[in-house]
Amino acid sequence: MSLLEVRDLKVSFDTSDGLVQAVRGVSFTVERGKTLGIVGESGSGKSVSTQTLLGLTAGALIDGEALFEGQDLLAMSDEQLRRIRGKEIAMIFQDPLSSLHPLYKVGKQIAEMIRQHESDVSKAQARKRAIELLGMVGIPEPGQRVDDYPHQFSGGMRQRAMIAMSLALNPKLIVADEPTTALDATVQAQILDLMLRLQREFDTALIMITHDLGVIADLADDVLVMYGGKPVEHADRRSLYYRPHHPYTKGLLESIPGSTGAKTRLKPIPGQPPSLINLPTGCAFHPRCEYVMDRCVPEEPPLAAVNDKDGFPDLGHTSACWLPREAAGLSTEVERIRQEAVALGRTTGALGSTAGSTVVDAGEAK
Amino acid sequence: MSQESDVLVEIDDVYKYFPIKQGIIFKREIARVHAVDGVSLKVRRGETIGIVGESGCGKSTLARCITGLHPITKGRIVFDGQDISNLRGRALKPFHRDVQMIFQDPYGSLNPRRRVGAIIGDPFDIHGIASGAERKRRVQELMELVGLNPEHYNRFPAEFSGGQRQRIGIARALALKPKLIVCDEPVSALDVSIQAQVINLLKDLQDELGLTYVFIAHDLSVVRYVSDRVAVMYLGKIAENADGEELYENPRHPYTSALLSAASIADPDAAERRERIVLSGDVPSPIRPPSGCRFHPRCPKAQENCVDVAPDLIVRGGDTASHLTACHYPVEAAENLAVETAAIEQLSTEPTLPSA
Ligand SMILES: Nc1ncnc2c1ncn2[C@@H]1O[C@H](COP(=O)(O)OP(=O)(O)OP(=O)(O)O)[C@@H](O)[C@H]1O
Ligand SMILES: Nc1ncnc2c1ncn2[C@@H]1O[C@H](COP(=O)(O)OP(=O)(O)O)[C@@H](O)[C@H]1O
Ligand code: SF4
Ligand code: SF4
Ligand SMILES: [Mg+2]
Ligand SMILES: [Mg+2]
Repeated sequence: MSLLEVRDLKVSFDTSDGLVQAVRGVSFTVERGKTLGIVGESGSGKSVSTQTLLGLTAGALIDGEALFEGQDLLAMSDEQLRRIRGKEIAMIFQDPLSSLHPLYKVGKQIAEMIRQHESDVSKAQARKRAIELLGMVGIPEPGQRVDDYPHQFSGGMRQRAMIAMSLALNPKLIVADEPTTALDATVQAQILDLMLRLQREFDTALIMITHDLGVIADLADDVLVMYGGKPVEHADRRSLYYRPHHPYTKGLLESIPGSTGAKTRLKPIPGQPPSLINLPTGCAFHPRCEYVMDRCVPEEPPLAAVNDKDGFPDLGHTSACWLPREAAGLSTEVERIRQEAVALGRTTGALGSTAGSTVVDAGEAK
Repeated sequence: MSQESDVLVEIDDVYKYFPIKQGIIFKREIARVHAVDGVSLKVRRGETIGIVGESGCGKSTLARCITGLHPITKGRIVFDGQDISNLRGRALKPFHRDVQMIFQDPYGSLNPRRRVGAIIGDPFDIHGIASGAERKRRVQELMELVGLNPEHYNRFPAEFSGGQRQRIGIARALALKPKLIVCDEPVSALDVSIQAQVINLLKDLQDELGLTYVFIAHDLSVVRYVSDRVAVMYLGKIAENADGEELYENPRHPYTSALLSAASIADPDAAERRERIVLSGDVPSPIRPPSGCRFHPRCPKAQENCVDVAPDLIVRGGDTASHLTACHYPVEAAENLAVETAAIEQLSTEPTLPSA
């Protein structure tokens, strides 16, 4: 049995503008001790799909299943979920200030959280554990810093404190939602290094959410790429980075400066991410795709196996795209499709070479 | 002299301190933020100079000093041959036409209640350059130039996406045909796929209009891509300054090396091969910057001398004349900083693992 198995999760929000389809059918599994990376642009549904598992999306319309050690999280009462939160599944957010209470000492918050879940632990014992935990995440002089308030910590130290708190109860799964996005490069490196070492030490499973494909390149076992509330590609790390199939994954990798050689022109993905209220028909990526074919506009592609190097379907590598099953851009057939799409003017096209021809219709953004 | 005429902006030993005041009626200065602390830099015509560094190191403050938005505490800024450091009010007007700024936050820097046409056309009004139909024609030209649909002249900022709002900011900055554009994190708030669109646009505009850019970012790969020269800042000072490729291929300052090794790489094999230099601690406060070399509390090469003596930003042994480094013990080509430890005692942020 997998540690966590999410099946066809759908989440929407009823807003005054209309129904926001934030997550439109996401499935994934997380094995014990492994790391799943979830990547996508802002608004692609990364946070909602994981927050929903812990009952943190109030007012949402939810459908699907999320089996944690065989029990469906989505069918649990608030009370049952509260017991799982922190103890079995811990979360780390982008902004640690919003999850630390400003008026309580850092150590006290960690100690309280331990005592909430383990009632037989004394105050003195909990405090001692808080100090150990702070030391474990690399806070210097933890014996003194345990009595600091969150505002007395720097951004990096707050994130360390959050990690300490998430580890306090030895959870089986940690969900880290952009844990380093707000941090500086050298501090980000410290925190990633720390998380990796602690994960190995305690054999914790990790879901790492990020918009930056670089952050998880050496961290994730599997990667799930989301677009417009749906997974568009799911693969082990090497297949995803070296043999991407979905044109969106390929586009993300190619738009990073330096990926196409030092100073050659960058290759952006044209257009903008879709509106989740008024999604494009068929493949949600079709208005931005340089391979778009006739069937992409009316028909939505399912996640299906991609061929491996030897031409056999690889069940561990799936992509939701109508292109032939070889990795995109590798076969002459796929290249012919791209040229046809350009010739027929089906695509908004790769943005033109002069600034003036890069007109994008603002109406599409809505 | 001919070489000097190539220089559009000369920043000469510029300081910018922010006083921290306390007291209810008689506010007393109790400390100061050393936001920019003795920075010298030359920006040549038509080039892009990139400025990188971590949050709070003074990048935006330096940018605002260059554009005249902040009066400087000490030093001299010469723009196009004219010393502007002490100009005030009306005397600054021509300078304000020649220097424009693009901000990080495309949402915050546009008034949500004004139409895009009015926002982009503002500079024409302020400088009395064009009005009525002529103004509209020129605004629409600008919109076309930055890849916005000119028919959207009457729309509000909220009706545009993040990338498009950044284009609006760029169009407004271009209105007066400036000589210099200071871009403060112009793509940091944008999604990866949109970042590349805006970077391409900025490069095309530079080629077409011969613009000079000061380009600030914390993302090293973006800066490498756009810049001819790069200055690395740490706590209000320049740690290293060199031609772009030279700085990335042959970093001499330990902080530059650490920053480069910390950058994320979207390539599993390369990411695994790389040895991260994990620094200890956080960036110290610019209110009480460390003595001597400001990097010494975190530097893996620090020695006694570094605590007392601040290193000058000069050419170090074996480097080309345009490669300046502020470090007593520059990094050598074959050196592996990831395994070095400082000769002085530093605050450790190494985790204490139970098994260790
Ligand atoms: N108006 C002000 N009053 C007081 N302190 C200020 C002011 N503006 C900036 N500072 C301080 O000056 C220092 C440098 O700030 P600056 O905004 O230039 O940093 P930065 O390098 O642009 O950082 P970031 O990457 O976060 O944008 C910081 O410590 C900041 O808090
Ligand atoms: N409480 C809410 N009410 C309405 N819409 C929401 C709510 N929470 C999230 N959304 C929308 O759901 C979509 C996905 O959001 P999110 O999962 O936060 O994206 P990200 O991938 O950036 O983490 C976005 O369009 C967001 O605006
Ligand atoms: S080829 Fe078609 S199905 Fe595949 S990503 Fe492009 S538009 Fe979608
Ligand atoms: S001067 Fe000393 S402390 Fe500063 S960077 Fe060089 S070696 Fe490190
Ligand atoms: Mg999010
Ligand atoms: Mg700034």
